[in-house]
Amino acid sequence: MNFAVVQRILGQLLMLFSLTMLPSAAVGLYYEDRNWLPFIEAFFGLLALGALVWWPARKTVRELRLRDGFLIVALFWVVLGVAGAAPLLLSRQLDLSVTDAVFESVSGFTTTGAIIFPSIDALPRSVQYYRAQVEWLGGIGIVVLAVALLPMLGVGGMQLLRAETPGPVKDTKLTPRITETAKYLWIIYVGITLSCVLAYWLAGMSGFDAVAHGFTTVSTGGNSTHDAGFAHYDSVAIELIATAFMFIGGVNFSLHFLAWRYRRLSAYFRDPEFRTFVRLLAISIALYTLVLWASEYAQEPAQALRLALFHAVAMQTTSGFVNENFTAWPGALPLLLLLSAFVGGCAGSTSGGMKVVRWLLMWKQSQREVAQLVHPSAQLPVKLGQKPIDMRVVHAVWGFFAAYVVVFGVLMISLIATGEDQVTAFAAIGACMTNVGSGLGEVASNFTSLSDAGKWICVAAMLLGRLEVFPLLVLISPTFWRR
Amino acid sequence: MRIIILGAGQVGRTAAYHLAREPANEVTVVDINDELLRELQDRIDIRTVAGSGAYPSILEAAGARHADIFIALTNSDEVNMVACQIMWKLFNKDSTRIARIRSADYTRRRQLFEEPERAFAVDVPISPEKLVTEHVVRLIQHPGALQVLDFADGRVRLVGVRALRGGALVGHKLRELPKHMKGRDARVAALYRDGQSIRPTGDTVIEHNDEVFFIAARENIRTVMNEMQKLEDPVRRVVIAGGGNIGLRLAQRLETEHQVKLIERDQRRARRISEQLAATIVLNGDAADEELLLEENIDDADIFVAVTNAEEANILSAMLAKRLGCNKVVALINRPAYAELMESGAIDVALSPQQVTIGSLLAHVRRGDVVRVHSLRRGAAEAMEAVAHGVQGEGRVIGQRIEDIPLPEGVSIGAVVREDEVIIAHHDTVIRRNDHVILFLTDRRHVEAVERLFGARGKRGR
Repeated sequence: MNFAVVQRILGQLLMLFSLTMLPSAAVGLYYEDRNWLPFIEAFFGLLALGALVWWPARKTVRELRLRDGFLIVALFWVVLGVAGAAPLLLSRQLDLSVTDAVFESVSGFTTTGAIIFPSIDALPRSVQYYRAQVEWLGGIGIVVLAVALLPMLGVGGMQLLRAETPGPVKDTKLTPRITETAKYLWIIYVGITLSCVLAYWLAGMSGFDAVAHGFTTVSTGGNSTHDAGFAHYDSVAIELIATAFMFIGGVNFSLHFLAWRYRRLSAYFRDPEFRTFVRLLAISIALYTLVLWASEYAQEPAQALRLALFHAVAMQTTSGFVNENFTAWPGALPLLLLLSAFVGGCAGSTSGGMKVVRWLLMWKQSQREVAQLVHPSAQLPVKLGQKPIDMRVVHAVWGFFAAYVVVFGVLMISLIATGEDQVTAFAAIGACMTNVGSGLGEVASNFTSLSDAGKWICVAAMLLGRLEVFPLLVLISPTFWRR
Repeated sequence: MRIIILGAGQVGRTAAYHLAREPANEVTVVDINDELLRELQDRIDIRTVAGSGAYPSILEAAGARHADIFIALTNSDEVNMVACQIMWKLFNKDSTRIARIRSADYTRRRQLFEEPERAFAVDVPISPEKLVTEHVVRLIQHPGALQVLDFADGRVRLVGVRALRGGALVGHKLRELPKHMKGRDARVAALYRDGQSIRPTGDTVIEHNDEVFFIAARENIRTVMNEMQKLEDPVRRVVIAGGGNIGLRLAQRLETEHQVKLIERDQRRARRISEQLAATIVLNGDAADEELLLEENIDDADIFVAVTNAEEANILSAMLAKRLGCNKVVALINRPAYAELMESGAIDVALSPQQVTIGSLLAHVRRGDVVRVHSLRRGAAEAMEAVAHGVQGEGRVIGQRIEDIPLPEGVSIGAVVREDEVIIAHHDTVIRRNDHVILFLTDRRHVEAVERLFGARGKRGR
């Protein structure tokens, strides 16, 4: 292990991150919400802290090893989760406890969007903006940003990206140079975000709301500036825009890159994961519409479709935006919606969950087992599109699934132990681990009712979910620390 | 530069490593073996594409449309040629296409690769085996040298030699060199003591065991060598271990002027090459067999060259030959780490095929008009031949005295070739238009600065 290098990179990252306090302070000053000072304090505090960490190790230049990569990525997320809580904690207007501040910050970075405030409308503008910005930074990944901006990571950068990027197949680089790849990802991300903001603004949102919602839609985060979420606007146009951009955020960014580079849409339709993603969404939208209409929850088919469309996309891309209380929907729909978050979006997107491609591979593998039973001596490779998939990948997917379920169970039982009922515990951990942020039961609208211990368990769940379990599990395994 | 490398074998991997470490290059490597690629991508900052390199779909996926340089280095000559042709026909007519062509049967027919109406769009056929063979032949022509590198079609040579007691200049200052040389001219380009580079000035004293790189016209090299060590006798008896491609070529080149013995382990192969060789004695046996070596009078041999496929076998048989009394031993070693270990004493010269090959690739990657590049000291240093272009009085090179040219630290100009005349550089030599300037860079990180000096408007700059 090479702690000096880890320390240097972490220090640089903290200094870089301190800069992100400035826009929020500017928003505070502009709207005169008397809450800009905490951001300035946090800026100087984090800058100083970063410099302090960086200075003693500034001269150590060594290539990163695989292990350093895991440690850095885990530390990136943990440290930034805590550092992001600084301005919230420093604000006398909010008067948050440490637990709540860290919960809110981690919920932002992991694009969970679980809410800790009783009322969002009452928050100062600067904080509303800050919550959106944190989600936006966490969306495509902090490490990707670091790799793009700091020419410090060199070859080892690939190890970092791999530990952070969601999905089972991570060896695809868009361009030969890793910094270039990261830059392109960010250019695409910024481009999509800008179009989303513009679309919102044209559809009638205020400039401030358009920016805030643009940030949280493309990052599939789900933080809003209103308690009522999109119901505040009651506009079909705005909901359609939100649906479209949540969907775009839930698609693999390599596909966006290919489509943009070659000016062709065929890249999307050739991708088996994308096709499955679309198919799943279509089935769930049809099903929800049908149930909502048949159960007379919605009076007209159009009304049912509007509700079904928005919530199906919002939940499966793990955005968790709401425009009404879906937990009161008839029958199994609320549970189905929450479960769709476990499927999640595509690998390499901003969404959470377990990713469509993993479910697809598991499905194909079980089909293969059935076929093998019928034809014991047949050669049956698992294929994705036309390409055979290495059995190692399939095994890794199953390993991931097992680890995910075990971690989920452990966290859920711990949460029940803190005094929550089963439904709340299941929904809270589900909402946090899939990074969707909207649960059932007690945590249907916000997480304020949880105990402090319960909140910390949820913080762990959000980080484990965002980093897809293994990078954090690696850190607590003895083999990692053995030399 | 956007570069595609086909084949992740020894040479391909080394090429990818050397090219990717220059920040201006974007390297994509294509190979069939995806395990190999995964491992490679973990170590160096490149993109990899798995698949057969001659297929258009694979080439397209590797970015063939926008590639500046295409280097085909697979094991198969045919795949390399076809890939270059496809590259030219389907994707990019402006790219430079380099292909590894091993078989002399192809390279002998020049019209295959030369305009007009060439059969394959290969701009530069290279053969690592041929390059290595020539490298060894030059070493044999200049006994005592560690490295002999050609510039300006062999008119100028850069020679690396170890200074040993008994050399006329050892223990003296460099400024005395011209006095000893009696009108012949040479220039010390670089000096390494205990592995560290020392800037050679007139006051530098040459010590025993220094590694000296000097530049001189071909005919003067022997005189300079005499200054550095007691002159060795010309090589007469050569023993080659390994009858592969390199061993066979080497024997063919040497057998007319030298007494050559070649040891090959495989009986059928030994028989086959004996039929192709005229004067060489082909021995069937193990090169690391003490009995065989002694029987063939290894203690009388002037040089032992181990060029089998197995580098460990090369190292061991060379060490054995040295212990049995062979004057000088050379071993072909692929791994840089092994080469470093061995050159510090156990064997005299560690030959690295990648090192020899990489120079000919680098010349095409360099911006500005760079004719030839040699990679030295396992890639840490570089020697290059660049052409000074432009108008008299314009730019920072042409019309300037060498002392006025703002060369980066550790870069020196060794010689200038003006048409057919070789001018050894002095501080007051003035560079003229179209001069071929031979530079030595002790640190290859200055390559970019030198490129900028010579290639204001690069030939294929980005």
